[in-house]
Amino acid sequence: MRRLFLRGTGLLLLPLLSGCSDLRLLEPGGPIGAADRNVILVAFGLMLIVLIPAVIMSFAIPWHYRATNTKAVYTPDWKESNRIEAVVWTVPALIVAALGVLVWISTERLDPYKPIASAQAPVEVEAVSMDWKWLFIYPHLGIATVNQLAFPAKTPLSLRITSDTVMTAFFIPRLGSQIYAMAGMDTRLHLEADKPGKYLGENTQYSGRGFSRMHFDALAMSRTDFNRWVKKVRQSPQVLDHASLAQLEKPSAGVPVEHFSAVSTNLFDSIIAKYKHPSSGHAKAAAASAPAAVHTPSHPAGRQDTTPEAS
Amino acid sequence: MTPQVQAIDAALLAAHEHHDARDAQAFGFWLYILSDLILFSSLFATFAVQMRSFAGGPTGKDLFDLRYVAVETLLLLLSSASYGLAMLAVQQGRSARVMRWLGVTFLLGLGFILMEVHEFYGLVLAGHGPDRSGFISAYFTLVGTHGTHVTFGLIWMAAMLFQVGFKGLSKPVAGRLLRLSVFWHFLDIVWIGVFSVVYLLGVM
Amino acid sequence: MLGKLTLSAIPYHNPIIMGAVGFTILVGLVILGLITRHGAWRYLWTEWLTSVDHKRIGVMYIVLALIMLLRGFADAIMMRVQQMVAEGASQGYLPPGHFDQIFGAHGTIMILFMAMPFLVGLWNVVIPQQLGARDVAFPFLNSVSFWLTAVGAMLVMVSLGIGDFSTAGWTGYPPLSELGYSPTSGVDYWIWAIQISGVGTLLTGVNFLATIVKMRAPGMTFMRMPVFAWAALVTCVLIILAFPVLTVTLALLTLDRYLDMHFFSNGLGGNMMMYLNLFWIWGHPEVYIVILPAFGVFSEVVPTFSGKPLFGYKTMVYATAAIGILSFSVWLHHFFTMGSSANVNAFFGITTMIIAVPTGVKIFNWLFTMYRGRVQFTPPILWTIGFFSAFLVGGVTGVLLAVPPADYLLHNSLFLVAHFHNMLIPGALFAYLAGYMYWFPKAFGFRLNEKWGKRAFWAWLVGFYVAFIPLYVLGFMGMPRRMEHYSDPAWLPWLEVAAIGAVIILFGIIFLVVQLVVSIRERQATRDLTGDPWNGRTLEWATASPPAVYNVARIPVVNALDSFWDMKQQGPAYEKPPEYADIHMPRNSPAGFVIGVFAFLFGFAMIWHIWWLAIASAVGMLATVVARSLNDDIEYVIPAAEVERTENERRRLMAQAATQSPADTGADVIPQPLPQV
Repeated sequence: MRRLFLRGTGLLLLPLLSGCSDLRLLEPGGPIGAADRNVILVAFGLMLIVLIPAVIMSFAIPWHYRATNTKAVYTPDWKESNRIEAVVWTVPALIVAALGVLVWISTERLDPYKPIASAQAPVEVEAVSMDWKWLFIYPHLGIATVNQLAFPAKTPLSLRITSDTVMTAFFIPRLGSQIYAMAGMDTRLHLEADKPGKYLGENTQYSGRGFSRMHFDALAMSRTDFNRWVKKVRQSPQVLDHASLAQLEKPSAGVPVEHFSAVSTNLFDSIIAKYKHPSSGHAKAAAASAPAAVHTPSHPAGRQDTTPEAS
Repeated sequence: MTPQVQAIDAALLAAHEHHDARDAQAFGFWLYILSDLILFSSLFATFAVQMRSFAGGPTGKDLFDLRYVAVETLLLLLSSASYGLAMLAVQQGRSARVMRWLGVTFLLGLGFILMEVHEFYGLVLAGHGPDRSGFISAYFTLVGTHGTHVTFGLIWMAAMLFQVGFKGLSKPVAGRLLRLSVFWHFLDIVWIGVFSVVYLLGVM
Repeated sequence: MLGKLTLSAIPYHNPIIMGAVGFTILVGLVILGLITRHGAWRYLWTEWLTSVDHKRIGVMYIVLALIMLLRGFADAIMMRVQQMVAEGASQGYLPPGHFDQIFGAHGTIMILFMAMPFLVGLWNVVIPQQLGARDVAFPFLNSVSFWLTAVGAMLVMVSLGIGDFSTAGWTGYPPLSELGYSPTSGVDYWIWAIQISGVGTLLTGVNFLATIVKMRAPGMTFMRMPVFAWAALVTCVLIILAFPVLTVTLALLTLDRYLDMHFFSNGLGGNMMMYLNLFWIWGHPEVYIVILPAFGVFSEVVPTFSGKPLFGYKTMVYATAAIGILSFSVWLHHFFTMGSSANVNAFFGITTMIIAVPTGVKIFNWLFTMYRGRVQFTPPILWTIGFFSAFLVGGVTGVLLAVPPADYLLHNSLFLVAHFHNMLIPGALFAYLAGYMYWFPKAFGFRLNEKWGKRAFWAWLVGFYVAFIPLYVLGFMGMPRRMEHYSDPAWLPWLEVAAIGAVIILFGIIFLVVQLVVSIRERQATRDLTGDPWNGRTLEWATASPPAVYNVARIPVVNALDSFWDMKQQGPAYEKPPEYADIHMPRNSPAGFVIGVFAFLFGFAMIWHIWWLAIASAVGMLATVVARSLNDDIEYVIPAAEVERTENERRRLMAQAATQSPADTGADVIPQPLPQV
């Protein structure tokens, strides 16, 4: 039933979209993206209940009662009807109530902070937004990359995200949910790809001159390909320490992919710490007001480091 | 309509018009006070968000001298009382008395402002300027905005001293004095908030 | 001496900017030349620039809005052209820094210097007359408000030729808008333009709320007040509650930039999320500040041209108030992707969707007003019908965005851009244009040409769909907003279609200009001598077109909703009063203009750190205010005899109009009312 409903509303969208093969949001490559998309389709379908009759009425009524149509009924003093009022309040209210339930359930279920249940241990990556490129640190593998995020398919990808510059937003359209990257804070995001493939990754939050060129490749790979890729990165002559980080921090846009075979420990946390001064005497209070930091512990797993990755 | 009804109607209309102008002025001023209240609320909210953002710098305990602030508070409260006495004199129509109490209010307010400027100056000299941390930024801004309002109140009061002196207690002048009193008492109330939230909580 | 300002601030190396500057200066010179040639300077000064007459101020507001509409649209079409070409190897014709100024300027101008002046202009022309009042509560303050708004717009225009405009977008999110990331004076232009005009808007809110609450004609209880006035009342409350928050937000950003404070900075205790919260606590009510007056316009236009009273008046009033209250409880939906907890996001998602209910009810009520009516397809009603379906689509996409998981995909995409244009173009601009065409005869005494009005409507409507439907599709393709360049060839065709849509809208704008020119030329044939060209229902149609400076010789007594209609039915609409009385009116004053000049200098000086000038102009402003407040001689008297002369002349013209057949007056479609003289 639900599936039929989804397909039905999807079909309604199709004529509009026929002929294009890049409707990333409607062709998700993973469970989060698919769930987000389904929420869109269900909500859209529900709203069609009001939209379609209302649009028809908005043309039919003025046309039928046009001044030149003298055959139409004319009641120059008619101005209220409790029955009509009841309908026009109740129907939209019921639909909004239904949508409200959808919102409550789906927002809880699709909270970006919530880890994806999976038999596989998640791959952990720390993403740093810089002017104007993405740095990805693999803390458990001790490697890092610029503008390339590789990960095994069918395995949860667990991201900690921060910014070493202004606010940006991390988004891989076909994998689902985006989230802001902000200096001095880390936001969390959990994604997964169903099968190997190359996906567009981008910053959606305008962040200055190089914004338009701040995209990266998200590479979902088979486990063996991923292991091979890790080996390749480990052969890179470059290492990521504070000196090479300082190099990276210089603004540049559209930079090619870079690999680092080693990373200084706790580099990600030290980038966050740069913007987060200790408040004298009141530990951790500085960020007390930050919604991201006071995220309610409804699902504590998202706030802990998950098990080290086996690779 | 009969002529009598029309005459009554015309009289009512005339009353309506005159009544309205003055009424609208008072109402409009209250709306302004409301908007100012929102402005201060936003600043209080900002301060609440940043009251622990010390960034390794000094805290309220390090910076504030409650005794000094208590004297400031006393000056402002007394100025509100003396403004009240000025308004009593307005009702009695005694313009010399009005000027005397306005003068006292002005001096008390000026004393408050000078003390505040002195406090700010001392903080900046000691290296605790508003660029030190989010907390001190929010402190300077909230307290400074109140101080700026008091300063505008003083300028207004000076203009009113001048007006009472030259024009006496005409209706427009009395109306302005009333509105200034609303403004002045309002600032007093805001200061109570500043004193409790910024200084008392800051030292605790 | 000149602060940061040097000759290098003028972008003479950029041919596009210099072309725009040259064109703007040329147009300005032509206008100045024409004024000089017609010897109109004195007239302009005494009758307009120093006027405290709400009708004149209203017209000046609308002129400002239309000029800024042209500027904002020029920005729009430049963006569409850039995105149509800047794919793959092609970099387009706009470098990043320039493109970024354009989208920021477009948003800032369209919302704050097009929409706001337009709606305040309509209020000014209409509200006092609709209430049966002679003026607003504070006529001089009204003049100050206008000049402060105009100064803001002027600062944006100046940024074109001296320095640059903000590259941080119209929302100015820090830390990008902080000094470290935006070191030029661009953000300062943005700050001071909005800050100064924002003060003007706040004063307008106070002024009109006082007018509506305190100056209604006797008998006009709140529940007999036209819905346009009701919408204005609720909007004014929103302005008074929301604009101080904007003032604070901008002031804090200013302190960060000027005094190195740490409200929103990266580090040292700054908190950028606080900016997002504060900005949208103003920003979302601002959306309704722009849209509620538009709903008010539709609520006047629909009954008039349907020949029926508004369906469900009480519901309309309650729905308006409900929207106003709810508008303060939804701001967080602008940043669901910040990482707030699921409960917080869900709460704000649901409050957002609840707003859709009263809004939807309004649409149904307008439709049921037309139901069993006699709908005349005049331009104002065409804008309304075009609005219905477009706004419904926009509402649906809005509710979609209110669902947090949907927003996780669609946030910051062109889908979002399509959505809010889908709300603001039909929901606000169409209404303002409907109001412009509806009340134009009231302000100027002749009607606008209908043929060109309809052409403009069709071009706008078709252009709107062609320009924005592709953006919805691009949103699903994952295209973020504000891109000056992209590498996905699949996006290109859709952006080309969108550009075509922008060109169609360009024709809509050209037709609006043509309509105005043609209408002025044929004004003798389309004169409105009755004051009531559409057989209106509310009190503004009881005055002459254009009204006498005092609007009404005698304050009307209201006995019903749709009071003028009631008076026409019962008889007293055009009854001659037994005698006239002297009328007190506010005297014109140059002080508003002078305050505006000082405000401009102050803003400019603050932008360029010219401290001596900033202090001097601030003192100048304060001195002008004090001097004005010392002046008790602010009224003049129109003697009863003169009032009688004016009114008799009007009666003569009305009688003349009544004897002419409608064909003679050029009004072939519109049934003429028959005033009882």
